[in-house]
Amino acid sequence: MTVRFTLNGAPVSIEGAGSRRLLDVLREDLAKTGTKEGCGEGECGACSVLIDGEVVDSCLVAVGQVEGRNVVTVEGLAQPNGELSRLQQAFIEHGAAQCGICTPGMLLAAHVLLHRTTQPTEDQVREALAGNLCRCTGYTKIIEAVLSCTT
Amino acid sequence: MHDVTYLRPTSLKDAVELYRSIPECRPLAGGTDLMVMLHAGTFRPAPQAMLDVWSIPELKGVRRTQGMLEIGAAESYTGIIRSRDAQEHVPALVAAARTIGAAQIQNRGTLGGNLANASPAGDTLPVLLAYDAVVVTDRRAIAIDQFFTGYRRTALQPDELIVAVRIPLGRHVAFRKVGTRAAQAISKVVMAVSRSPARVAIGSVAEVPLRAARAEAALARNDDARAVSAVAEDVRPIDDVRSTAAYRRAVTQNVLRELLHAPPRP
Repeated sequence: MTVRFTLNGAPVSIEGAGSRRLLDVLREDLAKTGTKEGCGEGECGACSVLIDGEVVDSCLVAVGQVEGRNVVTVEGLAQPNGELSRLQQAFIEHGAAQCGICTPGMLLAAHVLLHRTTQPTEDQVREALAGNLCRCTGYTKIIEAVLSCTT
Repeated sequence: MHDVTYLRPTSLKDAVELYRSIPECRPLAGGTDLMVMLHAGTFRPAPQAMLDVWSIPELKGVRRTQGMLEIGAAESYTGIIRSRDAQEHVPALVAAARTIGAAQIQNRGTLGGNLANASPAGDTLPVLLAYDAVVVTDRRAIAIDQFFTGYRRTALQPDELIVAVRIPLGRHVAFRKVGTRAAQAISKVVMAVSRSPARVAIGSVAEVPLRAARAEAALARNDDARAVSAVAEDVRPIDDVRSTAAYRRAVTQNVLRELLHAPPRP
């Protein structure tokens, strides 16, 4: 089947089985390797992407399910010229990335929170990031980075 | 799993026809259980096709109808959490939805999926039992206390599709989940309690989401102390990777005691 959707603002078209995981299509067919595979069972959040503005685990989505939808991966957070978002810049400045596997998912989950709430509390940040596990346990600096982006 | 045929009906009518005509087909909503099992190859027997019901309009939404609150089988937990009607009429279900996974899972998980998967640890299932919910399918309405027939087994026919869940209005239900941490935890014990009518429904303590008959009988006599002691006889927990039977039995009693002493809803 053909699946057409918007990826980071641009239209894409994919041929093949609609039952494939969105995660695999992003990484293998569309070279969006910023999306990581951690557990493959919806526990760790490393494969987080946005579908129509909501954060989801792309390992749990069949690619046929994104027909006509708007998908954003971590590659879509920066400007087309490579200029990082404020949140991405904050992660660098706060040392909020260690091994980096959880970072794309953390950024996307935090991006949704900051889009919805300009002044989140620390508790709200922790709740928004509860579905993203950091195996380096670098949570404190991640939360500090997100809180630094409140206006 | 690449050879699993993906089907995307656009209406409930088409979905029902497809589901009846294609053998070895499983409904797919948010994928939080099915996609994991398909990828791991642990779904037995392996389905030949997946029927994507996620976007079917008739399976979405939260609405009031015939003195009940009706929730579409493919409505997400996030949709339930954000629904004013759900917040007002079924706050215990909203509370349960908020304990499920985290944002990523709440954005995809559904009541239809929780019911069809029929895990004894399903977080919404004790709540639905305590509310005396009704499972509406493409052909009938099934009382929730008739729905769970064994370990991960339900009263559904092989080609029967869950359409909605209906919950009576005006019930006061208290909810508590005990897990390893607040988010992303499968429950060790999960409980929903109603005083009138007397309902004590518990997950993760038996092979099915359980109505605790002895505790309910005591609660119906307003004998709270006896309910707390009797509930230990109702449950039949096991030792597993998440907890031990002894812990679950003790925590079940503690949680019931806590929920019964909880102040009434204002």
